[in-house]
Amino acid sequence: MIEVDHLVKKFGDFTAVADLSFRVERGQVMGFLGPNGAGKSTTMKMITGFLRPSSGTARIMGLDICDDMLAAQRHFGYLPEGAPAWPDMTPRAFLQFITRIRGLDKAAARAAEGRAIEMTELHGVLDQPIDTLSKGYRRRVGLAQAIVHDPDVLVMDEPTDGLDPNQKFQVRRAITDMAADKAIIISTHILEEVDAVCAAAMIIDRGQIVAEGTPSELAARSRYSGAVALTLETEKLSAAQAILAQIAHDSAEIVTRGDESTLHIFAQKGNEPGALLADLRARVGEAGLAPRALALETGRLDDVFGALTGKARPAPPIFSAEKETAS
Amino acid sequence: MMRALLAITAREFGGYFATPLAFVFIIVFLLANGLATFYLGAYFSMGQADLTSFFMFHPWLYLFFLPAISMRLWAEERRNGSIELLLTLPVPLTAVVIGKYLAALAFSALALALTFPIWLTVNFLGDPDNGVILASYLGSLMLAGGYLAIGSCLSALTRNQVIAFVISVVACFLFTVSGAPLVLEIFDGWAPQALIETLATFSLLTHFRAITGGVIDARDIMFFASLIGVFLTATVIVVDMKKAEGA
Repeated sequence: MIEVDHLVKKFGDFTAVADLSFRVERGQVMGFLGPNGAGKSTTMKMITGFLRPSSGTARIMGLDICDDMLAAQRHFGYLPEGAPAWPDMTPRAFLQFITRIRGLDKAAARAAEGRAIEMTELHGVLDQPIDTLSKGYRRRVGLAQAIVHDPDVLVMDEPTDGLDPNQKFQVRRAITDMAADKAIIISTHILEEVDAVCAAAMIIDRGQIVAEGTPSELAARSRYSGAVALTLETEKLSAAQAILAQIAHDSAEIVTRGDESTLHIFAQKGNEPGALLADLRARVGEAGLAPRALALETGRLDDVFGALTGKARPAPPIFSAEKETAS
Repeated sequence: MMRALLAITAREFGGYFATPLAFVFIIVFLLANGLATFYLGAYFSMGQADLTSFFMFHPWLYLFFLPAISMRLWAEERRNGSIELLLTLPVPLTAVVIGKYLAALAFSALALALTFPIWLTVNFLGDPDNGVILASYLGSLMLAGGYLAIGSCLSALTRNQVIAFVISVVACFLFTVSGAPLVLEIFDGWAPQALIETLATFSLLTHFRAITGGVIDARDIMFFASLIGVFLTATVIVVDMKKAEGA
């Protein structure tokens, strides 16, 4: 269990973390989201005792990281940003060093190392110096080091950064597999990751929590939440716009990607999005448009993220986006 | 704690041999030792069966060789980020500092031990006082310990090994020459005698020469022990301060 209690970190005049408090319970995976420089890594460094907070504290399994650092440190595994290791060591020697430091006896250490190697699939590279390994393997070595002693708490700073999609999938699966009996906190700026592994998420910006909740709760704060998405062939776009002109709605956005276009249609304030959907469905059917998709949107995490962290929503790279405000 | 300390020492010591650097270092150190002894020290023409001309150059050789070992102790950890791993493991900071220091000391002890052929030579050629030689080896090791402790502290201040090396050389130099006549003369005549004497007692050279003279005085041992203690404590303080600063 992780308890962060009014954590503050100042570097000179700059406040990196401003009064952060949250809890992560056993069995929970907390996603720590935020743009670069938001204070994610600084927070993790304080939770793990690498940086001393300017004020406030964190407790790991009830042990205060400031007052009872060594006891607290026994309970967690930590994957620092960039998965640092000693470049000249081999993964095998590295893991043996960690189990020795962590005080596992020989038999337990060998078993623990085997299990960590299994989970991170390091078999093939055990005897190669770490600095000769690919970025993905190095990340997995860091991960193996963090989980080798089967800690109650896992703190991982961007665990999937630099991994290819298959490796990302494996790491996420490993995290999900371990989640049942651990309190896990991961930082990421990959939003799909939050959906994939986190039961709860927190968006931080400039050292402060700007939103928290389950990934779907967060997504619901998106302005797209409750909008109706109508996807059809681009050539039918003008027909769709004609229908749109007949019904009451607030505004619409059109995103065209090749021969497919999607209209995001927003209901008028106070009106039920469901009614808008039903209305649209009837008219689209009448016009015989046969859309590829027509449904209510659940909202998008990237939109919430962009809106809350003060950055413009990133323009979709391949598609031409045009915005239209009607009625 | 002891177990973790030794694990750190073993890892660090192994790290020296992970690259050919350690072997290069030892070979160059031995060559420099030989050259100094036989050419500068005129070992043969002295016609004496002792190792005075061997040990007399150690402070000056160490001045450049030992900062090369100690510079990486902390600066390298900081540069490659492994310091974050090291300091979030459940090990007291003191144990980390001592563990790393002991590895550096063990490495220089190894380099020193490999000078044994010169001891064999002098025993072959004559009948030296092996007690004095043993004392000198001990003195040399303690001198190395002092330099390494200073270097450890200064290495903790920076993430740049070159800077760590340079400031360690300068600091060790100051500690070495503080008792030399050249330095003392600068103060002579105007500074109070007490100050000059105090300054002289801080000289590694004075204490080293006392031991290599064959007299193991508790005060000289105490000097080196406290010098090492002070600088290792300073290392702990510096590393700890950096935790608060976040540098």
